[in-house]
Amino acid sequence: MTRALINTPKQAQQGEVIEIRAMIAHVMETGHRRDAQGAAVPRNIIHRFQCLYDDVEIFAADFYPAMAANPFIAFSTVATTSGVLTFAWTDDQGTIQRATAEITVV
Amino acid sequence: MALKHGLAAAVLALLGAGGLVAQEKRSGLDYMTPETRAMQEDDMSNPGMLFIAEGEGLWQAPAGAANIACSGCHGTAAQSMRGTATRYPAIEESTRRPIDLAGRINLCRQTQQKAQAFPAESPELLALTAYVAHQSRGMPIAPPADDRLTPYRKSGRDLFERRLGQLGLSCAACHEGHAGQRLGGSIIPQAHPTAYPLYRLEWQTLGSLQRRLRNCMTGMRAEPFAHGAPELIALEAYLMSRATGLPIETPGVRP
Repeated sequence: MTRALINTPKQAQQGEVIEIRAMIAHVMETGHRRDAQGAAVPRNIIHRFQCLYDDVEIFAADFYPAMAANPFIAFSTVATTSGVLTFAWTDDQGTIQRATAEITVV
Repeated sequence: MALKHGLAAAVLALLGAGGLVAQEKRSGLDYMTPETRAMQEDDMSNPGMLFIAEGEGLWQAPAGAANIACSGCHGTAAQSMRGTATRYPAIEESTRRPIDLAGRINLCRQTQQKAQAFPAESPELLALTAYVAHQSRGMPIAPPADDRLTPYRKSGRDLFERRLGQLGLSCAACHEGHAGQRLGGSIIPQAHPTAYPLYRLEWQTLGSLQRRLRNCMTGMRAEPFAHGAPELIALEAYLMSRATGLPIETPGVRP
């Protein structure tokens, strides 16, 4: 189950610069820690974040082990047409978590 | 300036001792940087809200041999659980001993849902406790006027004031003697448990008041009481009565 908080304006003017904020629940295990028995805890971080606006990539980022748990990312884009924003977070275990948000452009 | 101070002093003197104490009570929120405050106050950037969302899912998910969800008996949490967190720890009638909110949830889980209790500090227990406590956000802490709680609050207070550990510190030594001053780089708050379970940036996750208390005890180089120990419940009961009137903030964010 994807646990994410997405904050985008529901409605925007054409050509308006909008802010998009996305946070997801993830442990972001660095790979540098050891458990109580001394065994290394394998690295498991989200290493790729991607945002599509009607299937066109508008923003992407690579994450590294220094990122805190539950990463929060904010960026801006220009509202062009009414459509769907798709967010995808890919972690080291290959799990891709997705979330979507709709936007109406007037 | 001198006149201003004089006036302030006169006003404070007029308020009298009781009023003054209520005036001075401050949540840890007041001591935080504007950035951390902003993080707590905006539900879209408060990472605790991720756990609230999970808790809401758990509230509605049938569990245990009884195959019943929390919502099956309690309905909508926004109504049935409003104000609940302001009253805990409270006396549990079956054992006639105080129980905290997380303990109450686990008890309900065992007796009503016929399910296994969640382990202490497990993500599920924290999420469900936070979801229930969140329904009281903004409501003042109002410990029950139950005489049976008095001895527990008293022993909590004794523990709060007792010097423990290799450093010979008590809770009161810092949180009453030096509240508002600094320990290393950090401001010492007054230790009012207004926002639990809360998201500590240092922990990178949600944690309970018991985790915080155990954490402090480790810092004092004392052996922490076990999760769920009667001493911790007594401390919780005392701290909540000490924080009477401050609003619940769950899920709080702390540095």
